[in-house]
Amino acid sequence: MARPLTLLRSAAVLPLALLAGCDMVVMNPMGDVALQQRNLVIFATALMLLIVIPVIALVGIFAWKYRASNQDAAYDPDWDHSTALELVIWSAPLLIVICLGAVTWTGTHLLDPYRPIERIAKHRPVASGVKPLEVQVVALDWKWLFIYPEYGFATVNELAAPVDRPIRFRLTSSSVMNAFYVPTLAGMIYTMPSMETKLHAVINKQGDYAGFSANYSGAGFSGMRFRFYGMDDRGFADWVARNKAGQGALNRATYLQLEKPSEKVPVMRFASADPGLFDAVVNQCVRPGTTCMNQMMRRDAGDPAAMKTMPGMAAKPQPHSPLTGGDAGEAPPKNPRDIQQRSNASPSNPTTM
Amino acid sequence: MSQPAAYTIDDFHLAEEPHHPEGSSTMLGFWIYLMSDCLIFAMLFATYGVLGTSYAGGPTPRELFDLPLVAVNTAMLLFSSITYGFAMLAMVDGKKGATQAWLLVTAVFGLAFLGIELYEFNHLIHEGAGPWTSAFLSSFFTLVGTHGLHVTFGIVWLVTLVVQVQKRGLIPANRRRLMCLSLFWHFLDVIWIGVFTFVYLMGMLR
Amino acid sequence: MQTVTSPALSPIFGRFTIESLPLHEPIVVGTFAMVAFGGVVLLAVITKFKLWGYLWTEWFTSVDHKKIGIMYMILGIVMLLRGFSDAIMMRLQQAMAFGGSEGYLNAHHYDQVFTAHGVIMIFFVAMPIVTGLMNYIVPLQIGARDVSFPFLNNFSFWMTAGGAVIIMMSLFVGEFAQTGWLAMPPLSGIAASPGVGVDYYIWALQVAGVGTLLSGVNLIATIVKMRAPGMTMMKMPVFCWTALCTNVLIVAAFPVLTAVLALLSLDRYVDTAFFTNTLGGNPMMYVNLIWIWGHPEVYILILPMFGVFSEVVSTFSGKRLFGYTSMIYATLVITILAYLVWLHHFFTMGSGASVNSFFGITTMIISIPTGAKIFNWLFTMYRGRVRFELPMMWAIAFMITFTLGGMTGVLLAVPPADFVLHNSLFLVAHFHNVIIGGVLFGAFAAINYWWPKAFGFKLDTVWGKRSFWLWVSGFYFAFMPLYVLGLMGVTRRLRTFDDPSFQIWFIIAGFGALLIALGIAAMLIQFAVSIRDREKLRDVTGDPWNGRTLEWATSSPPPDYNFAFTPVVHDNDAWADMKLRGYERPVTGYRDIHMPSNTGAGVILAGLSVGIGVGMIWYVWWLVAVSFFALVAVAIGHSFNYARDFHIPAATVTVTEEKRTAALAGAAL
Repeated sequence: MARPLTLLRSAAVLPLALLAGCDMVVMNPMGDVALQQRNLVIFATALMLLIVIPVIALVGIFAWKYRASNQDAAYDPDWDHSTALELVIWSAPLLIVICLGAVTWTGTHLLDPYRPIERIAKHRPVASGVKPLEVQVVALDWKWLFIYPEYGFATVNELAAPVDRPIRFRLTSSSVMNAFYVPTLAGMIYTMPSMETKLHAVINKQGDYAGFSANYSGAGFSGMRFRFYGMDDRGFADWVARNKAGQGALNRATYLQLEKPSEKVPVMRFASADPGLFDAVVNQCVRPGTTCMNQMMRRDAGDPAAMKTMPGMAAKPQPHSPLTGGDAGEAPPKNPRDIQQRSNASPSNPTTM
Repeated sequence: MSQPAAYTIDDFHLAEEPHHPEGSSTMLGFWIYLMSDCLIFAMLFATYGVLGTSYAGGPTPRELFDLPLVAVNTAMLLFSSITYGFAMLAMVDGKKGATQAWLLVTAVFGLAFLGIELYEFNHLIHEGAGPWTSAFLSSFFTLVGTHGLHVTFGIVWLVTLVVQVQKRGLIPANRRRLMCLSLFWHFLDVIWIGVFTFVYLMGMLR
Repeated sequence: MQTVTSPALSPIFGRFTIESLPLHEPIVVGTFAMVAFGGVVLLAVITKFKLWGYLWTEWFTSVDHKKIGIMYMILGIVMLLRGFSDAIMMRLQQAMAFGGSEGYLNAHHYDQVFTAHGVIMIFFVAMPIVTGLMNYIVPLQIGARDVSFPFLNNFSFWMTAGGAVIIMMSLFVGEFAQTGWLAMPPLSGIAASPGVGVDYYIWALQVAGVGTLLSGVNLIATIVKMRAPGMTMMKMPVFCWTALCTNVLIVAAFPVLTAVLALLSLDRYVDTAFFTNTLGGNPMMYVNLIWIWGHPEVYILILPMFGVFSEVVSTFSGKRLFGYTSMIYATLVITILAYLVWLHHFFTMGSGASVNSFFGITTMIISIPTGAKIFNWLFTMYRGRVRFELPMMWAIAFMITFTLGGMTGVLLAVPPADFVLHNSLFLVAHFHNVIIGGVLFGAFAAINYWWPKAFGFKLDTVWGKRSFWLWVSGFYFAFMPLYVLGLMGVTRRLRTFDDPSFQIWFIIAGFGALLIALGIAAMLIQFAVSIRDREKLRDVTGDPWNGRTLEWATSSPPPDYNFAFTPVVHDNDAWADMKLRGYERPVTGYRDIHMPSNTGAGVILAGLSVGIGVGMIWYVWWLVAVSFFALVAVAIGHSFNYARDFHIPAATVTVTEEKRTAALAGAAL
């Protein structure tokens, strides 16, 4: 009996040793929001193990005890109902779900990514008057643009925030869906073209962390990673100064260059950024002459003020039938430039602009 | 099983072949199919519900819809349902010629409906309000066009049945087919009432 | 496909050019050479042994639900090989692509591989296996001669096969979608995916979807209308109940898929604005709509397997199923709730806390009836006589594996937990945990359980056990590391990696995939060995497992007409009841039996549908037009054929049944 036990023990220890060796960032985050989410993962798992472990054990026990060769075990071929047992069968999972459901309801509301955070760590509420750091995030093909409106600069594929200061992300995407995810900081949120999502978080420890897109977005998806730095106030001030000291301005023209697909883009810094750029990206009107979607929607809703201010919308849209058009049969793209860009998967480095 | 229990507790099989009336499941099966078709329309209505106000700066229902024309169109389809009902009454009476005649009248009304719809579509496209203009028009053309395709299919089926009744008479198989087409045709009417109310009337109110 | 620079469309070939053939891709050419070689050999063998006529009259045009069921299963297993080779390619790529290595697949290939893997495994492996099982078993279990609409059944099968043909074509002609298995716009829109890949995806699913929907209609009508006398709903075998619920789900979910794919095609073909970023389109609507189909789809796959396990556990425990009534209600609750949980697939879209927690909690509620089912199987074993035959082994592996998968599923239903685990390899591990541990283990239990019914001999247990252990251990090796990787923050669908600490886990997962490959091989060997040793494994009783339901009352394989006399049912486990009460098989008094006739219309109609699909994919408009009008003409022509049935004369029935009488007498000696 001793030997199988030791064998079992070593078999159990081996994966644990492997597990100990790896850095499970989701289980060991450095941001308060991610930490609360982790706690919920652990709580929910523990709660469910209350029923899962007995079930798995019973499967083994019953299968072994009532094996056909064990003629000593009771055999009751017509026993197929027991009201008391049925009650237990239905109510045990029900109780667990009630408990988990209550935690889910509160947890989902407290950890809603749209809700400004109220604490920077356990027992450390956000001090009154602290303004969160706003970062505007644009997922491009296939890199990340971060605009810091408070400081007026922008970076590509590098994000930083001071430790213990709440961060407020506003996120969108240029062409397809992505998900913004820094596992150590907070859970992910989709970034979607012509939509804006929000995420609130805080980082509690200095460090160099991984961030990436967590929603497949095409050929360059695997390289769509960035570094996220948690810094002390001084380090952050230095980082801001370094960015501001750089060259280059992010205006609409440079954005349209940057927007073109490229892969594994090195970090880029823009000393200044057009303050209206993010809203223009969300509303799909960076390109000169295009009408912003929010304006269009106001007009659709019958707002006369919006109608006047819409350039180029007085004329009726030109009809065109793609199936009978110039190159018959070829469904033409809405924006032919996009196609040329995205299907041309060879990496081109936009730093040359 | 439709027949009463012609067996006792000691019987484990029927001595005689049970009489399954031929095609006894057909009406149920066809009805289930119609419900699935209904879901497709439900999806298209839902899509229209979501996108129906996204004019993208393009024309609005009030600028586009010609309500009197649509009312005439609706009348065509409703008449066709009545005449289909007459065809079914004639079928019940076993009048082959009358059944065929009413079916053909139904087809004529159906074709009139389609003709008006195609005229309307053509007119809209020429006004620069094609399905590619805005999400509203995409969902409008798709919903109304899908209904139109169903009507087209129904007319092809109807003509086929007229020929089959001609060749074989009102045999049970043909009666069953006529009943299925009847379900289908009235179903399209119900859908159209939804389209007329939800798309055209409410579009004009917006 | 460089739309802007591409030459004008050819009127004959559409956008197909010689460059569309992947002649410059050695891997694809090699695969093609192998497939082509295998295909030529197969065709040569069929021709040499003059099997074409046999295949055509006995199989392709057959309306016999049993033969159609077997053809579905063969389709599913063949496609499993294709889907699994995709899996092996992914595992290899992910185990290699570290430290600046690009692996051996470029993005263009890798992205097609994971998309094809998902699409094939769900639509062309799991669905055919599930549909095939229901086709074969349901009419036998309810004591019917065939399904309600036998021709429609044949047509449905060929439509599913037609979809499979289209998706296989994409391997060698053009490309497949590079969008992930649900082809979410804007990525799948014409701007981001201008090539033929997404069109292959759309038309393969549309063609196969027609087949699935019609077979759903067919099986509902069969179960409602064709049950043997005495079999009330609450005396129906559990497998039939789960089949009924599954088909209700199919009929209520697949139209949604059809509609949403139609809208996507309109966006791609005629430039409408349903899911575009501009002109008022809304890509989020696609995400919602596709999951309104997609979540019920999960239950479409798993419910019939719950039925399989109910039959298997009760048979091999030698006991009535514990809690039949609550099992049925659990199934019904799952069926309804399956429609109320779709949003849990995208909590991270930012729908707001109340919406997210509503859908999270409904998802958790589904685990209550599912848990009740697990308990019911558990207490069926309690005070039973458990025989560890292969089907029962799969059932026990299922109960353990599925419970784990269910637990991680409920975990993912907690929105804040989902925020950190969504789209990660944890999620990938979870759904493989329930689909392999539930659907595939169920399919293998079912194959081992009902094979003797279908062919008259049992499957070899030695190779069966080898396959079992390889599959089960392979599963744990392949997917437990993915749970760990998910907790390390690794996202799905990545092609290359930076962090070297992930690599060991990918290597372990790759080893697991290798074990599964051996498990598949062992299973194929099991089939081959069993066919070779069929005389040794022969079962003439028709009831090799001491079964409990009606399919075991007839011979193995059952005659064309299933039952010489329509059975009468008095109890839940009808056949166990008959055996208990000393039922004697009648040996005289046979009558003529009314049966449906074979027809080739299904094959032709499905072939023409493939023609429409291929024409649409390559913009070959003349092919679309010709196929479409031919389709309409053949369909109308078929409706002029009123002679769709015949009678098997009593004399023929007598001959068949006397053979069985003699065989039974021989077995009794």
